[in-house]
Amino acid sequence: MVAFKRLAQVGRVVVLNDGLKAGRTAVIVDIIDHNRAIIDGPTTGVHRQEISFNRVTLTDITLKAVPRTIGSNALKRAIIKQGSDAAWAQTAWAKKIQQRSVRANLSDFDRFKIMRLKKQQRFIVQRQMASLKKTKSA
Amino acid sequence: MAVNKEGAQLIPGVSRLSRSQRYAKRGLFLMKNKVAVPRKASDRKAAARDEKPTDVNVDLVKALTHKKSSLYPADTLRKPKVNHKSNRPAALKETISPGSVLILLAGRFRGKRVVFLKQLESGLLLVTGPYRVNGVPMRRVNQAYVIATSAKVDVSDVTIPENINDSYFSREQEPKLKGTEEEFFGENAVKKAVPSHKAADQKTIDNQIIPKIRSQNMLASYLRSSFSLSKGQAPHLMKF
Repeated sequence: MVAFKRLAQVGRVVVLNDGLKAGRTAVIVDIIDHNRAIIDGPTTGVHRQEISFNRVTLTDITLKAVPRTIGSNALKRAIIKQGSDAAWAQTAWAKKIQQRSVRANLSDFDRFKIMRLKKQQRFIVQRQMASLKKTKSA
Repeated sequence: MAVNKEGAQLIPGVSRLSRSQRYAKRGLFLMKNKVAVPRKASDRKAAARDEKPTDVNVDLVKALTHKKSSLYPADTLRKPKVNHKSNRPAALKETISPGSVLILLAGRFRGKRVVFLKQLESGLLLVTGPYRVNGVPMRRVNQAYVIATSAKVDVSDVTIPENINDSYFSREQEPKLKGTEEEFFGENAVKKAVPSHKAADQKTIDNQIIPKIRSQNMLASYLRSSFSLSKGQAPHLMKF
């Protein structure tokens, strides 16, 4: 039985935890030592860099047949061909990150509208629930 | 405190007297007419004309032949500093433009969302609730005490009466109180009514803006609601 499902390996897609590019994905291109790796994200705007494993989180997605120290252009082709970005966008994790950034960028008026719509939704649900309870008890 | 010459300094370079003690001792504050009376503009111009160097030789001759008055002014006259600053109205924040919805942060109507109409000559912002929507009349506010939101009302074809300027909002002179007890406790005080012409002005503005507000879904109720922060919200990290 394999204890770990996500391995730090060449081709592994990672998410950046902090900094300016927090929440974006990149691919491990080379492992420097047990603390650091070289990552590259040609499709996500993450430039090729050395990064500590503390600053990234491994995902379930791995690019197949990626050689060590693959160049940016070849990596870009591999990402597009294997559809790893699309696979990432489908995950609940990516959706949550996306949702969070949408929420953070809402305007004051948008926040107000959401508050109003949520109230309306609640009203409909609660009224329906009340009527259902009534018919059940009667 | 008598100080002889030897005792003037505690150690070389350190005076026995403090700055304020020296000031008291010198007694310069007793001098009268310390401030020079500014000359009239016409005098100043004449002086400037006289002082203008026309020819070096002429100046030299003047300097050599000029006889100084044997009388010195008894008091040292201090020239008042010339102030080169001019009061300019503050530039409008980039996020604010006519029709912007603003959140008021100070004063009676703090927390209210209002519509910005225009910037007055003093640099203050002319805003309105509108009054019929949220009870905020036309007011002047300082742009430092508002948050500009990205919400906008189309006020491009709203005409603001010419008479609405800074002096329109200035306080009317109140009759002087006699200082009686009743007055102090505000008994028999008559509540000031809004002048009818101001109410009419408010109405003309409201009537123009309200259809524009109604045309946007939920905008009227947005203006009616007031702004507040809830748990976990930090205004400097929020977008408006």
